Amino acid sequence: MSLDDLYQEIILDHYRSPRNRSGDLDPHDVHVHHSNPLCGDELDLRLRVQDGTVGAVAYDGDGCSISMASASAMTEAVAGRKLSDADDLAEAFRLMMHGEGVKREDDLLDGVAFQGVAKFPVRVKCALLGWMALKDALQTYSEGEAEHRVTYD
Amino acid sequence: MLDVERVRKDFPLLERQVHGRRLVYLDSAATSQKPQSVLDAMTRYYEMTNANVHRGVHALAEEATEAYESARNTVARFVCADPRGVVFTKNATEAFNLLAYSWARTRLGQGDILLSTQMEHHANLVPWQLVQPETGFDLRYVPMTAGGLLDLDEFDAVVATGRVKLFTVTAMSNVVGTIIPVRELAAKVRAANRAAVVVVDGAQSVPHLGTDMVDLDADFLCFSGHKMLGPTGIGVLAGRPDLLEAMPPFLGGGEMISNVTLEGTTYNEIPYKFEAGTPPIAEAVGLAAAVDYLSGLGMDAVRAHEVELLQTCIPALKAVEGVTVHGPTDPARRGAAVSFAIEGLHPHDIGTIMDREGVAVRAGHHCAKPLVRTLGSAATTRASFYLYNTTDEIQALVDAIEATKNFFKV
Repeated sequence: MSLDDLYQEIILDHYRSPRNRSGDLDPHDVHVHHSNPLCGDELDLRLRVQDGTVGAVAYDGDGCSISMASASAMTEAVAGRKLSDADDLAEAFRLMMHGEGVKREDDLLDGVAFQGVAKFPVRVKCALLGWMALKDALQTYSEGEAEHRVTYD
Repeated sequence: MLDVERVRKDFPLLERQVHGRRLVYLDSAATSQKPQSVLDAMTRYYEMTNANVHRGVHALAEEATEAYESARNTVARFVCADPRGVVFTKNATEAFNLLAYSWARTRLGQGDILLSTQMEHHANLVPWQLVQPETGFDLRYVPMTAGGLLDLDEFDAVVATGRVKLFTVTAMSNVVGTIIPVRELAAKVRAANRAAVVVVDGAQSVPHLGTDMVDLDADFLCFSGHKMLGPTGIGVLAGRPDLLEAMPPFLGGGEMISNVTLEGTTYNEIPYKFEAGTPPIAEAVGLAAAVDYLSGLGMDAVRAHEVELLQTCIPALKAVEGVTVHGPTDPARRGAAVSFAIEGLHPHDIGTIMDREGVAVRAGHHCAKPLVRTLGSAATTRASFYLYNTTDEIQALVDAIEATKNFFKV
């Protein structure tokens, strides 16, 4: 278990050069805010739905490199996917982070680089933040709502 | 002067390695390491004395009671408190909860102000908030200035109302290290309202500064054992006996009673009225051994050692490009908890990389979210020093910061 498992070059790249990071997405259909009071991480995720697919997704927030880089990698992996497919991919990522095998490796794109984070239990929730916000955004949208806030204990 | 190399030999844990490197323990504000004498005192108690206290007529019960009560006297002397007013609790947090439940809930009402500050640990915020709705007192906070001091203009303005009936304040910030001039503030509060009660959070100050309750002008002083070389599981509420006598009990059960019938109960005298159930006996013995250890070195020597560390640490940190040190920079005005930020880096990443370098620091909100929020972030990185830390370890801290910056290329 080395630091390189935790901070792969791909992760550092997403941290230094974030993709789809923006404080707004105009227009968007759903906006969720997730916060983790324990470490102070805050994340906003905005999603535009187009013909039942992820038309556009943007995130913004304040958090550690793992949480921000993971959200960045997530936005690339889910862009253009059917909503149900994006949700399934988020579930695959969640299982990977809990050490339950790697499914849909090719579809996760740079998300695969976060496998090593699973060896650092205290940082797993950091990597999950963006993906859990995505799952919540999809759920919120499916319920006909446009806003949702979640605070983790 | 304190011989730090000799002191270090008393702390077995400091010998260990972390990730293949010599441990540099800079998290004493969270909990301190324990000297061999504390470990030995507790082991000896369990090997030779262990019995329940205040009941039973056999020899062990008498010896255990003697050890427990002697620990109370030792702790009382250490902070110049009346032993009758020294209540052993689970931790400092429980001491605050006791005060909120037994004092604030029964003594405060509409129109009264409970004045606290933005610099408090959650232990000195949440218990008051819990009892506020049923009593309806006005909960006010003194803000913190950008320099990490209390805003005295705001303090004066609230005190001038004459409605402050309880003033509760930390004597030393656990995040930015500021030493609060408790005595001056207490005098102002009392001048405006003679009936006011002053509560002091000594969790950070008692381990590091010689403490005299009378000199502080505190009616109540709360602190914990584990931050001052003692074990976890024990805290202290030291208070004025007359106030404690007038307060209703907090927790009910055995030990705290005088007589129990099915119709009702009369309570034991203080401090036992506030010590329901079997108390932390071995922990009290360990805490007394910790106090003896600190007293043996002398709190003046402990403080002088920490000031010396700060004189090296603060300039060394400020010299690192991109590093901002929070709180007062003058060692005379601060304790040895030093929070800092590294531009472009999140505290959790800093903490993780430093850990790999063997340097244990704390990253997060330090259970003081209102304070940390005023620093403009959700978290800080905190290095906190104690009597066993060396100037070499400050260099290790600086090296670890450089290593972190290199790793993230900022």
